[in-house]
Amino acid sequence: MATVTALTGALARRVAAQVPDPELPMLTLADLGVLRGVEVAADGAVTATLTPTYSGCPAMAEMRAAVAARLRNAGFPRVTIRTALEPPWTTDWITAEGRRKLAGHGIAPPGPAPRRTSGPVPLELSGVRRAVPCPRCGSADTRETSRFGATSCKSLWRCGSCREPFEYVKEI
Amino acid sequence: MADTEDDHIYLSLAEEHGDGDARWAFGTGFEDPLHGVETAVPAGVDAARLAADCAALADDALVGAQRLAQWCTRAPELEEEVALANIGLDLLGQARLLYTRAGQADGSGRDEDAFAYFRGADAFRNLRLAELPNGDFAFSVVRLLWLSSWRLALFTRLAHGAPDPVVTAVADKGVKELTYHRQYAADWAVRLGDGTEESHRRMCAALAEAAPYTGELFTGAPVCGVAPADLREEVAGVLRQVCDAAGLELPDARPLPGSGRDGDRTVHLAPLLDELQSVARAHPEGVW
Repeated sequence: MATVTALTGALARRVAAQVPDPELPMLTLADLGVLRGVEVAADGAVTATLTPTYSGCPAMAEMRAAVAARLRNAGFPRVTIRTALEPPWTTDWITAEGRRKLAGHGIAPPGPAPRRTSGPVPLELSGVRRAVPCPRCGSADTRETSRFGATSCKSLWRCGSCREPFEYVKEI
Repeated sequence: MADTEDDHIYLSLAEEHGDGDARWAFGTGFEDPLHGVETAVPAGVDAARLAADCAALADDALVGAQRLAQWCTRAPELEEEVALANIGLDLLGQARLLYTRAGQADGSGRDEDAFAYFRGADAFRNLRLAELPNGDFAFSVVRLLWLSSWRLALFTRLAHGAPDPVVTAVADKGVKELTYHRQYAADWAVRLGDGTEESHRRMCAALAEAAPYTGELFTGAPVCGVAPADLREEVAGVLRQVCDAAGLELPDARPLPGSGRDGDRTVHLAPLLDELQSVARAHPEGVW
């Protein structure tokens, strides 16, 4: 019986982990780090925990619906989706596999998120900008063309070597 | 391979999820943004006070987001339009969470729409700086610099343990967003202040126009346990840092009497809400 439960838990986790992100559909919710956990109770009820990326993320309801639907289709009739607001999502939770997939689709993966300390957040006016290598040709000769893009998480860049524009997932 | 992956992706988006599932692309609209979050108000917390504070902070965000959205199709460049809309979207997300929390805490069970669409201007408690018309780009930059610096200073404190865990969580996430909102405004303030004679002149005018409205940022009752007066030094320090880098003087001004937090309004909020609320009020039970 214990083995069956363990297998069921693994199945539920695999099903939930494979749901694609609505806005970065080359990533699964597990790659993106928004799937925080999947638990199967002894009675077969599944609880999946998601965390939003940005406060205004319009895709949260879609993610909840998609995870619940996939789990039901996989034979779990009772599914509860929990939302974990804490700790807040960080791009550091994008997995190595997720970063590889982003780069494979021409999107530069994020660098390490800035470290948070207690006390006031310092304001930097020096214009220091991160060096982002081109995801297509690897050149370091790139520049930011817009800090905001089509979704909250991305900025727009251009490569000076291969001349291609590309998107970059901003670290937060 | 890529085609197969893409087909898979779009098939997934078109999947039937069954009755009752909220869909963002089509279907029944939005669902509770605090869905699945523990909603009990902690013992010892004044629930009515918590609700009022959440609603006031949500009002700042909603009104601010609406002003930012009004730049769409009017911004100097497409990149700035995208930036302002993105910043507005973050604020709208914060507003949704805080309105929902307010409706839980005050026991009324009102949802976010009841707060955003079905209250008149006299019920709003936002800072009056947020409701002023956009003016020129310089004024919008100055307003965003003040409001994002103030909200970041407040959220930094709330993120380290507000009396309510939902507020703590909203603030903790909001700190990351407000950090780049403030960065955007500060970078533009330096660029315009240290730019041409015309851009410098407009920044001086914008700082002077905003100045009388900044007094109420630092007065009044505590917000979720943080006294606004305690934010003054940090926020003024940021404004001074930016003005020094931009070659601008931070003007002194006599604060406008009253406070948006007490329900004092300018003439500009009602028309803003008329536009914001028009569709919801014309079709109060509308679904799509």
